[in-house]
Amino acid sequence: MRRAVVTGVGVVAPGGVGREEFWNRIVDGKPAIRRVSAFDPSGFRSQIAAEVDFDPAAHGLTPREIRRMDRFAQLAVVCADEAVGDSGLDLAAADRDRMGVSLGSAVGATITLEDEYVVASDRGRHWDVDHRHLQPFLYQALVPSSAATELAVRFGARGPAAVVSTGCTSGIDSIGRALQLIQDGEADVMLAGASDAPISPITVACFDAIRATTPDNDDPEQASRPFDAGRKGFVLGEGAAMLVVEELEHARRRGARVYCEITGYAARANGFHMTGLRPDGYELGEAVADAMRQARLNPEDVGYISAHGSGTKQNDRHETAAYKRALGERARHIPISSIKSVVGHSLGAIGSIEMAACALVLDRGVAPPTANLTTPDPECDLDYTPLVAREVTARHALSAGSGFGGFQSAMVFSKPVFCEPVFSEPVFSAPVSSAPASSTPAPSKLGGVA
Amino acid sequence: MSGRRVVITGLGVVAPTGVGVTEHWESSLSGRIGIAPLPGVEEGAPIGWAGQVAAFDEKEFVASKLLVQTDRWTWFALAATQLALADAALDPAGEDPFDLSVVTASGSGGNAFGQREIQALWSQGSRAVSAYQSIGWFYAASSGQLSIRHQLKGPCGVVVADAAGAIDALAEAARAIRRGTAAVVTGGTEAPLSPYALACQSSEAAVGRTGDYRPFAPDAPGYVPGEGGAILVVEERERARDRGVPTIYAEIAGTASTHDAHHITDPAPGHGQYARAMREAIARAGLTPADIGVVFADGAGDPVRDRQEAAAIAEVFGPRRVPVTVPKTMTGRLCSGGAALDLAWAALSLADGVIPPTVGVADGAAGLDLVTSARTVSGLSAALVVARGSGGFNSAAVLTAA
Repeated sequence: MRRAVVTGVGVVAPGGVGREEFWNRIVDGKPAIRRVSAFDPSGFRSQIAAEVDFDPAAHGLTPREIRRMDRFAQLAVVCADEAVGDSGLDLAAADRDRMGVSLGSAVGATITLEDEYVVASDRGRHWDVDHRHLQPFLYQALVPSSAATELAVRFGARGPAAVVSTGCTSGIDSIGRALQLIQDGEADVMLAGASDAPISPITVACFDAIRATTPDNDDPEQASRPFDAGRKGFVLGEGAAMLVVEELEHARRRGARVYCEITGYAARANGFHMTGLRPDGYELGEAVADAMRQARLNPEDVGYISAHGSGTKQNDRHETAAYKRALGERARHIPISSIKSVVGHSLGAIGSIEMAACALVLDRGVAPPTANLTTPDPECDLDYTPLVAREVTARHALSAGSGFGGFQSAMVFSKPVFCEPVFSEPVFSAPVSSAPASSTPAPSKLGGVA
Repeated sequence: MSGRRVVITGLGVVAPTGVGVTEHWESSLSGRIGIAPLPGVEEGAPIGWAGQVAAFDEKEFVASKLLVQTDRWTWFALAATQLALADAALDPAGEDPFDLSVVTASGSGGNAFGQREIQALWSQGSRAVSAYQSIGWFYAASSGQLSIRHQLKGPCGVVVADAAGAIDALAEAARAIRRGTAAVVTGGTEAPLSPYALACQSSEAAVGRTGDYRPFAPDAPGYVPGEGGAILVVEERERARDRGVPTIYAEIAGTASTHDAHHITDPAPGHGQYARAMREAIARAGLTPADIGVVFADGAGDPVRDRQEAAAIAEVFGPRRVPVTVPKTMTGRLCSGGAALDLAWAALSLADGVIPPTVGVADGAAGLDLVTSARTVSGLSAALVVARGSGGFNSAAVLTAA
């Protein structure tokens, strides 16, 4: 079976644009959550969000690109620029017939669709909208595969391209799709990740309507409280992460620095309810167990878990049960954290942002904390790495996602340890296993050693 | 790669050609056009005609409680899936739910649902927004509802690649089966005829104002949008044989996808990536172009894209004139439902040895052997289904007779 590794990471998340700002933010555990500034949230039940301060022009997007792209596409493009730069991939030399795009997004160009509708319908007065008032690229907003096209065009990637839109597991499933395309020989390099920019009145209203988001508006930084007894729902976020995922030998041949290998990916559905979760965590547990089987892991091999940890009571208990089911007693001894406590829940994007975090955790040996976890829910009795980051010696990191539609996904990243010689002659300059670790110093604010 | 092979064992159609595979196939072979003026559309509107599913009663397929939670696009998917499972004689209740899954293509999602709720929000305030907005409009709504209704709990998916998406969904379903899933519900439906979705489509240069959809005609005036699609039950071959399915329509022998990577809206000059998708799908099927008995073409309906497609077919098939058909001339272009319907047509063709016609286009257009009335072919053993999505998606699938 062909193997796939991560050779580049790009992140745009609340609290900072760029991989390093993201990493520092989640390790500091300082929530990037505030009163919504994208529009006036008065009149909504939930008035806070994890927003990205993002100037697309400052990141190289032309005025034309900014006009035609929805914010979610802009975030994806800027992330992909960073990831490709980080990978050192020489696009001119690469066989780009063998390079594809797998972009996850739960809600696509929802901001553009709402903004344009409000104009064309005269603030909802007319059902038959006046098309003459619409901007020219609206089909590209209606069908979000246009964002995969943006990436394919930008990087000249002529291999398989698509948007994966499985709701809030999109960001794991899009990387899973990239993994399978590489395993099956349909591509050698995939730009894989996810982006969502859902902070708009209709999205805030729809989560208000089902009371999924927190109504705690008074202290935004303390409002996202995964696994804490005081949690009242999730905090909507936005952002993106893109990875360069590469066939192992392709990466070795060009001497790429490898963050990790994607060793397992599994998806299940609960067949139960579009939004509801059963407390037993059965299907998520199955996904976790399957991903671990593919990675040939025993429970004791798992060194870190990036939790879905949305901060709803039903999720946190469902997820805790799933880890106990899949990992048994070992579940109690694995550092687990939810970075949604810091960067909010950016729907489809967050799965890829959390996979980016896993790549960095393995690379840097530090587990970010779960912020605001001061009074644990007694039914969530695992080690969620409260408040303070921790050094970890993880060789394998697991991440889980759970979303509307009942979809449950899990993925395993493993430190790059490639023992067997792959080539009979040395055609690459530097073996990846001895590639230098990141130059970024470990943060000083650390807790105990796991 | 595992030796597990993937076959189509059930078809469910909800399209302008009819509801149910029998009505669809009879209607298609007779060349009946399901494109009609849109009711209530004002004169001068950018889109006045569409392929419409006329005789569809959603209440026949969807409980009233679920109707209010879902968009018309999901109703089509629920109906087509029910029909496809019945066609395959597959009762999920008798299966391990983790052996079954669903992978759909999505395009504009629940656009009518979304329009209604945005309207409610802006005209009446946030409290007027339905509790079902969060699950009704998003692109995963159909896969989610299908998973729940039929207990399909294996690896599910949703793929968006505009009109090429259903072939990519089929490829994903095949990947799942090769990795151990027993049967997958796949395909796509689309219901893009809400006022707002029509307005969005009017920004597409290739969309036509009338019902005049004549791909490969030298004066092709553009395409006609439409609603509907198809759902396929695909299954691991040995298992399908063992359980004695009523019909194995065809085998999924090879799929491939490429992207033009040229421009956000305009097609790349030339047809190189499109031809490559065709060649790779044929090669992955272990075949050569000479083995392909019919091509279900994309049929964009605008002269530039049509010329490219004719050139791509000519390049791949060489001097041999392979029969080419665009039965979607009877339905309009259904975005993510379109390639799904083409896959259903191709499966029926292989099972029955008849190629459905391209309607309204003269013989010999673009130098192709265009099938303009239903054609019986003896020994039809392989079909190539191709589709292009706006922005440069090219996908191809080779189906072989079972």
